[in-house]
Amino acid sequence: MGLPKAPVLKAVQSWATVAVVLALLWVSAVQTDFNFEALTTGTADFFRFFTRLAPDWRALPEQWQPLIETISIAWLGTVFGSILAFPLIFLASFNTTFNTPVLWVTRSLLTLLRSIPDLLFAAILAPVLVIGPLPGVAALTLFTLAIIAKFGSETVEAIDPGPLEALRAAGATRTQVIVYAVIPQVAATMTSYVLYVFEINVRSSTVLGLVGGGGIGMLLNTYLAFFDYGAIGVLIIVTFAVVILIDQVSNFVRTRLL
Amino acid sequence: MIKFQDVEVTYKTGLKALKGVSLEIPRGQFVVIVGLSGAGKSTLIRTVNNLVPPSAGEVIVGDRSVTRARAAELRRIRSDIGMIFQTFNLVKRSTVLRNVLAGRLSDANPLASLAGVFSRSDIALAHDCLARVGIPEKAYVRADALSGGQQQRVGIARALAQRPEVMLADEPVASLDPPTSHSVMQDLKRVSREDGITTLVNLHFIDMAREYADRIVGMRDGLIVFDGTPEEASDEAFENIYGRSIDIEKDLRGAA
Repeated sequence: MGLPKAPVLKAVQSWATVAVVLALLWVSAVQTDFNFEALTTGTADFFRFFTRLAPDWRALPEQWQPLIETISIAWLGTVFGSILAFPLIFLASFNTTFNTPVLWVTRSLLTLLRSIPDLLFAAILAPVLVIGPLPGVAALTLFTLAIIAKFGSETVEAIDPGPLEALRAAGATRTQVIVYAVIPQVAATMTSYVLYVFEINVRSSTVLGLVGGGGIGMLLNTYLAFFDYGAIGVLIIVTFAVVILIDQVSNFVRTRLL
Repeated sequence: MIKFQDVEVTYKTGLKALKGVSLEIPRGQFVVIVGLSGAGKSTLIRTVNNLVPPSAGEVIVGDRSVTRARAAELRRIRSDIGMIFQTFNLVKRSTVLRNVLAGRLSDANPLASLAGVFSRSDIALAHDCLARVGIPEKAYVRADALSGGQQQRVGIARALAQRPEVMLADEPVASLDPPTSHSVMQDLKRVSREDGITTLVNLHFIDMAREYADRIVGMRDGLIVFDGTPEEASDEAFENIYGRSIDIEKDLRGAA
């Protein structure tokens, strides 16, 4: 008596996947003129540049204010975006939406929003909203809105449908079902996602200033214009420290939530 | 009173779950529906509160057509029909009391209910319902901290909080061990008697059906194939419902 045969199709699929990945790698390398030689010949230049980044700590005091502005931009964008995303989450989930057209219109809108990078948002909005923190907050609000609505609807669609059926059976309205059966099931996960997006936004907001979005990036722009590498060195170290600190705190809170 | 008139259900998948069921259940009767998995028991029970709408025929509860009711009218009818489930369907992260109060949602002030505010009388009623199923001390415990039997009692309390005229129970003890099953069935039967609630229970177990039912309805393949008292539900009657022998020994020998 022989063992059952391993399915041939599975193996073919695995090898096909590997082949596709390798082919894409080759095409991308050709398109970008990538070669390892340039990496090695550039090493000397890199180290020369790196030594010029030796921090000049006199620049530190003027960096606190833009740094706080950067974190504030990230926080405001996260909060505003999450609030705006809240109603959309339920419109974009099959188990809480009104009907199929509403579901698809909401989902398409969110897909469109997600396809635009936050830097592009900031660059488009900066001339309209006056260069500074405002376009930064607006850009991160839109980014957060799109990503939280997506995470949110995926979370809502994965919940246990039992309690929803029970409350519908008891004559509850759609809104009551959401408040009593859906939100308790997703609240902890969603809070964790919001904190995670805040972490991403802190990182984004450090460079938003490069395109007119306010915060530490604007300062970086000025330093670059004046070849003030010592100040840039300080800025990199400070940014690094703050991002790590926020990641750690946020991570700690998130693990306690779940 | 519940009246099924030539009820048919065809699911989107093309599956015909009910093939013309007519049944009349007088007020206050405790009816147990038996049959194999897939016989249409769950579908039948769900047509009573229109969780599954019939594709033909009509279901009438009291003097109101559930099948024709829409939106607000349907919610009003549903608020008079309690339901308990095999998997309890509690909101696990919420407290027991909040789960029971969910049974008051349809009658509560809509805005206040969204803010989590209930009237004193609703809260008193919720506590009373918990006391009636023997777990008054669990009110402020999270639902997922309870045992299976206790969770199903919360399910019964939630249904009772609706002050229902009709109670539907879809395999209420299928996830519980035998002793717990019996005590939950006893609770269900007792509260139905006390409040004169018309009750429909889906069950797998023959002995339980005979022990608790006023009337047994047997289903096979989307049709009613037996309708009688527990005394009339002989082993032969059950073999007809299940379409095979219920004697395990005979069954095993027959299959070999």
